[in-house]
Amino acid sequence: MATALTDRVLMKGNEAIAEAAIRAGVQAYFGYPITPQSEISEYMAAHLPEHGGAFLQAESEVAAINMVYGAAGAGARVMTSTSSPGISLMQEGLSYIVGSELPCVIINVMRGGPGLGNIAPSQADYFQATKSAGHGDGRNLVLAPSTIQEAADLTLLAFDLADRYRNPAMVLTDGITGQMMEPVAFREGPSLPREVPAWATTGAGDGPVRLINSIYLEPEALEAHNQRLQEKYRRMQVEVRSEAYLMDDAVVAVAAYGLTARIARTAVDRARAKGIRAGLLRPITVYPFPTQACADAAGQVAGILTVEMSAGQMVEDVRLAVEGRTPVRFYGRLGGVVPTPPEVLAQIERLLSEVKAR
Amino acid sequence: MASMELIIAGFGGQGILFLGEMLTQAAILEGKHATWMPAYGPEQRGGTATCTVVIAEEPIGSPVVADPDALIVMNRPSMDKFEPRARAGAVLIVNASMVDRPPERADLVVVAVDAAAEARALDKPQVANMVLLGALLAARPVVAMESVARALAGHFPPDRQHLVEINVTALTRGAAAAARQLPGAASARVA
Repeated sequence: MATALTDRVLMKGNEAIAEAAIRAGVQAYFGYPITPQSEISEYMAAHLPEHGGAFLQAESEVAAINMVYGAAGAGARVMTSTSSPGISLMQEGLSYIVGSELPCVIINVMRGGPGLGNIAPSQADYFQATKSAGHGDGRNLVLAPSTIQEAADLTLLAFDLADRYRNPAMVLTDGITGQMMEPVAFREGPSLPREVPAWATTGAGDGPVRLINSIYLEPEALEAHNQRLQEKYRRMQVEVRSEAYLMDDAVVAVAAYGLTARIARTAVDRARAKGIRAGLLRPITVYPFPTQACADAAGQVAGILTVEMSAGQMVEDVRLAVEGRTPVRFYGRLGGVVPTPPEVLAQIERLLSEVKAR
Repeated sequence: MASMELIIAGFGGQGILFLGEMLTQAAILEGKHATWMPAYGPEQRGGTATCTVVIAEEPIGSPVVADPDALIVMNRPSMDKFEPRARAGAVLIVNASMVDRPPERADLVVVAVDAAAEARALDKPQVANMVLLGALLAARPVVAMESVARALAGHFPPDRQHLVEINVTALTRGAAAAARQLPGAASARVA
């Protein structure tokens, strides 16, 4: 449904995520403040109770994720939000949630690391988000918005996907996307009708015994449980989403997600203005990763430049997809430094001259 | 003029983020695409503050701008930092109250306004930021003054609507001050 541009409201990314979650029918929010995402907590504190939901500021991120675990087990639509160091603290609880197959939404507004790092934007949590959900063989569904509109839309989608797969869905974004403002239009109404799921431990007392747990002491039983989870992750592959921008006749592609993708988009436009047939391949889901889209691009372009605000994490998935069919180069800025369009353009030109020389 | 990549820089407390927000909101009211990006950090009043605003007719790629085509510099450190980064032909709005040197580059369209004096003349020192926004829009009319007035009206709560008028007056004064330096610039009007 098209919305007139003038019907949009100017909002910070953090606020848009919070508003989208409320519209998705989130029933409980648990969190602990950390820059650059504290506006999510602030917005939830101000507005979630008006909609009948529960807002609770936990005593720590460890407590917050365990509150999410408990509320999800009781069948509530539930979420938390934090930034990088907070996600590290949540890893144990996240693993329990994955093991117990509970739906929830987790927002990571990434900042510079490692350690306490800084509060500047980063994409250095990609491995942590996409390769595991805490310890064990678990996986998160991971969505990576590039605009404020997409941050709202993917937050809504995250609740749907979490319910559909009984699995945590993470919105993986960064400090600039959280802090910047851009117009956004919200879809009306909750995305899915929400009823208490049949598996929820509601304490009703008169039904069959329900147990939510992640402990399977017998190795064979735990292996069977893991096989079921792995089968679910294979089913989740159909949720893969990506965008191809000016890829039809591209001879060189930039692969980037989130904020970096929109910076790369401007670099691609500038390259086109100089007569360079550049395109952009933008993963919208980073788990599942758009492997096929990358593989297809590899058969078409003379080289792929991957750009990230990290030392090179997503580039490993790009290389796995490409399987050596075309050169894959990497450009990254670290520690909260943001690449600029002229920098990315220079890297596109460098890659082009490199592949021409071959 | 359909698009703009603007950096506004100065001290915290000079109303930089607010200036950027009103411009961004005005663009949205006109149905344009716009992004507003603060240089967020452990900032405080008196520290540095920077805000980047991109306005375009098409969906916006980068909200991050390395080479702005418009600049508002509100203090000397910002002049020193951002003047070298401006694109050739960029418009440079200088807060002459706080910047004690002329620009070094000859390839920029420069407008210097004593924003503090203009605001003092209105008995409202806080509106110096709107004086500079008015000067920018006289030099580069990327949105109509009327749209900024509507953005201001939409921003202030009912019990503070009286502040809209003084802000609009500041815009007009800034535009008039700029127009005197820009022979070709259309004189600004506010509905």
